[in-house]
Amino acid sequence: MLNKNQIAQRLAKELKDGYYVNLGIGIPTLVANYIPDGIKVVLQSENGLLGMGPFPFEGEEDADLINAGKQTITTIPGSSFFDSAMSFGMIRAGKVDLTILGAMEVSETGDIANWKIPGKMVKGMGGAMDLVASAKNIIVAMMHTNPKGESKLLPSCMLPLTGIGCVKKIVTELAVLEITNEGFKLIERAPGVSVEEIITKTAGKLIIEGNIPEMEM
Amino acid sequence: MNKVFINALSALTDINDGATLLLGGFGLCGIPENCITAMIKKGTKNLTCISNNAGVDDFGIGLMLQNKQVKKMISSYVGENAEFERQLLSGELEVELIPQGTLATRCMAAGYGMPAIFTPAGVGTEVAIGKEVRTFNGKEYLLEYAFDADFAFVKAWKGDSEGNLIYKETARNFNPLMAMAGKITIAEVEELVPAGTLDANQIHTPGIYVHRIFEGKNYQKRIEQKTVRPAPLNL
Repeated sequence: MLNKNQIAQRLAKELKDGYYVNLGIGIPTLVANYIPDGIKVVLQSENGLLGMGPFPFEGEEDADLINAGKQTITTIPGSSFFDSAMSFGMIRAGKVDLTILGAMEVSETGDIANWKIPGKMVKGMGGAMDLVASAKNIIVAMMHTNPKGESKLLPSCMLPLTGIGCVKKIVTELAVLEITNEGFKLIERAPGVSVEEIITKTAGKLIIEGNIPEMEM
Repeated sequence: MNKVFINALSALTDINDGATLLLGGFGLCGIPENCITAMIKKGTKNLTCISNNAGVDDFGIGLMLQNKQVKKMISSYVGENAEFERQLLSGELEVELIPQGTLATRCMAAGYGMPAIFTPAGVGTEVAIGKEVRTFNGKEYLLEYAFDADFAFVKAWKGDSEGNLIYKETARNFNPLMAMAGKITIAEVEELVPAGTLDANQIHTPGIYVHRIFEGKNYQKRIEQKTVRPAPLNL
């Protein structure tokens, strides 16, 4: 089973040289720590920055320079600032190559829910609805089950939707799965995790073809 | 025509109960701190506030919520604002949550003189309820209307007496869009300079969109999530 940093490490293998990438709050943010050597990606922060750098050194933080998670950050050489309409303009126009975001639930048809639990919790959708409606390639990073142990990979989402038929791939602490026309297709399993455990913890339709390899980290 | 005011209170005198306001900023970054403080002092009520967030519990628009001045919030993210979430869940506050890109583009449309836009954000979700759907090239889009707001409060880094504005880093966010969208736009700036001082090539918001401008005071510029890495060792 992977920890959060290892999920981020596995996600980083999805990055390709030259990609513009938008990373959501939580596990996706950690992906920035594992960009493979020899690959250049430019991180887009939807509050208005291309070319997000690492956290500032202690004492050098700048209140005017934050990411979409409201964390203090820095820029890399070649970065640019822009307003929120242009930021979502480039997202809508398909200029961003890859979006990685968290989710509360994903359905076997690629629907995603991640912004509200009616009567209990309302975070708001922020930029997530714009991102999932527009991005070409959407990967979800999340735990396979919720804190109650219930599967988050479902036949259909129970919570209010963020977007429909948009998720392409899911990376959890147990497995890598692709969304296909037939349902969740198991691609890889985490080291030491059995196919049986993944079957038990996946409520939606799961397709298993042949031997499922362990992830290479 | 003089656009320069001495402070926030003098620039906001004609804002009455029931007004619709656009407020720039993302989280606490680039928020019009002086205008918010002046609104609390004025005590204007039944406001509709359009802003990406509602500040935090004890700063920004959060203070106007605590003061029960806001009837309705139109935002994209509640986030970690406990009072906002409490008023929302209890029904005390009318809240319309809309996608962030939709919020930005509805401002842009107002400033560009376009009545509406089509966006894919929210198709198939509860955001789409009651909205016109059109299909272009096989993909569905929602019709979303330009905002119609009485006043916009924006915060810029530098401004001049003509109302030209320059923003700093990610404090730009919604500010230029809301500046364009307000029927009356009030800009507060960290540094107000005479016309001709700023490089015209570098202006983000042309002064035509700005009706009143003043130099703000006592900026707190609070940081919501201070994240740092250890300083390199001096060996």
